[in-house]
Amino acid sequence: MALSNPAIALNAAAASISVPVVEVRELRKNYQLGETEVHALRGISLSIEAGDFVAIMGASGSGKSTFMNILGCLDRPTSGKYLLEGTDVSGLTKKELARIRNQKIGFVFQGFNLLGRTTALENTELPMLYSRVSKKDREDRARETLALVGLADRAEHFPSQMSGGQQQRVAIARALTNAPLLLLADEPTGNLDSRTSVEVMELFQRLNADGLTIILVTHEPDIAQFAKREIVFRDGQIRRDEIVAIPQRASEVLKTMPTIKD
Amino acid sequence: MRSSLTMLGLIIGVGAVIAVIGISQGAAAKAQEQLAALGSNMLMVGSGSVNRYGLHTGHGQTKTLVLADARAIVRECPSVSAAAPGTGTGQQIVYGNQNWATQVNGTEPQYFEVRNWPFARGTTFSEDDVTQSATVAVLGDTVRRYLFGSGNPIGQTVRIGTLPFKVVGVLAPKGISPGSGQDQDDVIFAPLTTVQRKLLGQEWLRWIMVSAVSRQASYIAQHQIEGLLRDRHKIRPNDPDDFVVRNLADIADAAAEQGTVMTILLTIVASVALLVGGIGIMNIMLVSVTERTREIGIRMAVGATEEDVRRQFLVEATILGIIGGALGIVFGVFSSVVVSQALGWPILIPPYAIAVSTLFAIATAMFFGFYPARRASQLNPIEALRYE
Repeated sequence: MALSNPAIALNAAAASISVPVVEVRELRKNYQLGETEVHALRGISLSIEAGDFVAIMGASGSGKSTFMNILGCLDRPTSGKYLLEGTDVSGLTKKELARIRNQKIGFVFQGFNLLGRTTALENTELPMLYSRVSKKDREDRARETLALVGLADRAEHFPSQMSGGQQQRVAIARALTNAPLLLLADEPTGNLDSRTSVEVMELFQRLNADGLTIILVTHEPDIAQFAKREIVFRDGQIRRDEIVAIPQRASEVLKTMPTIKD
Repeated sequence: MRSSLTMLGLIIGVGAVIAVIGISQGAAAKAQEQLAALGSNMLMVGSGSVNRYGLHTGHGQTKTLVLADARAIVRECPSVSAAAPGTGTGQQIVYGNQNWATQVNGTEPQYFEVRNWPFARGTTFSEDDVTQSATVAVLGDTVRRYLFGSGNPIGQTVRIGTLPFKVVGVLAPKGISPGSGQDQDDVIFAPLTTVQRKLLGQEWLRWIMVSAVSRQASYIAQHQIEGLLRDRHKIRPNDPDDFVVRNLADIADAAAEQGTVMTILLTIVASVALLVGGIGIMNIMLVSVTERTREIGIRMAVGATEEDVRRQFLVEATILGIIGGALGIVFGVFSSVVVSQALGWPILIPPYAIAVSTLFAIATAMFFGFYPARRASQLNPIEALRYE
């Protein structure tokens, strides 16, 4: 299946010139939890190049969620630098951060997080609602993106009328509509059965092949094997950061799996 | 369902405001109508009480109010446009086999102008009738009804006491007096001199009806008349008046004030309803914000700013306000129509009442929607996304 999202390819091309998509230096994050201070991140430094596909692993409490929230501009670090496409975002206002989330970042969550009483199409249009895109363009682009994730015929369905895998595809379509620089997926397969999980990974691999930078949090080693690079967090620090020797090809794996009729 | 319950507060509030204003404006219009029926800018000068050896009589006992006083009031008080002297006596009236006891007032033709009282049939007796003490009469509508039923009284002769009177006119009905509650139509008028000489045998007056040049002037006219009469009656500075001046503008003002007090009271009640409606909106919006925490988190994650979230909730509150206000107008107009018809008052809903109460409903909704909207916008997106 050919991918045809020129905007993703364009962003990737622009970013690939030299600047890493993500560069963090000595990132620290402390929380005040009652009397005690929790050090969620204790100095993280790494850089992620455009077109990379990173899986972040780690036990709960290892700081990986905090790290993702900071990468997603939902949270700000206590200290350290975060350069997104070469721009320092650690000192931006809430409003500027909202703008970056809208334009540069796409989120995919474990629980899908779709709006229940709106259709797949409207869910996909949501980010464009906050970037002043005309009604007509919104709908056209949302339909395009839904087609990209293989849900062209489900545009008018409500989340409750769709399977988990389909809902996660709608969530991915929503993350893609504003042609983001970076796709952040927080345990995207956590609520899915194994076949659907691989299907989602297959979609991620296709998008990545088109140049989209993806960062994925998971605690399933199988899922991490579909990425190009694996980073393991422990106690707020990076414990391991290595290239996946031979990433699994999701499309191949799918062929070996039995089809579960539902 | 929950939204409609919320709106109910606003509906009742706006409806109550409109109904209150509509009904009280209708009542005020009705009261004004009744007061206008009394006569325009009218003052009544009555004979006063007498203090004889420490014994006070009631009003209407002095013999000092005379025709010359009435003439002097017109001549010397610049704020007075006309004055009609009069006296009266209770008499039994007989026509054919019908009879009726009523008040017979003697006055002059200008009385009907002073009291702004049109004729249904015929006309008034003339100046000549007054100078000649002619036995002619003008009937009030109630008297006409009891003596003549549906017949035409003009040219007929009625007996007042022992004297025959020719009927020359019938007055249009004036209704119940808002001041005294008496039936103003239960009366017969005859020339002043006729009543004084042929029925009473007294030369003094019981009253003088005065009309001031304008309503504002009626208070000045009152002072002028009081001064003039004290002079003419040679009353020493510290002695009490031997006459009494009643200003009907006082009664009108009292009635209007009563109406205003009523309107204020009812408006307060209606405002409380509106306030309760507003608190209802705030309550629902707060629940809604809590229930939709995750939605707010999602919207923030995909790039909604605090402002976007706040605007969304404010718009929702405003829509509740607009719908509630619109339904409230329907409810208010409907209930004031019902009340007006039940009480026979005119319906008077000024456009400003509708505009003001609708704006007030929307303002209430926005005011009480602001805090929940702000709270929604201040949510932390990370916690909002994790909210179950």
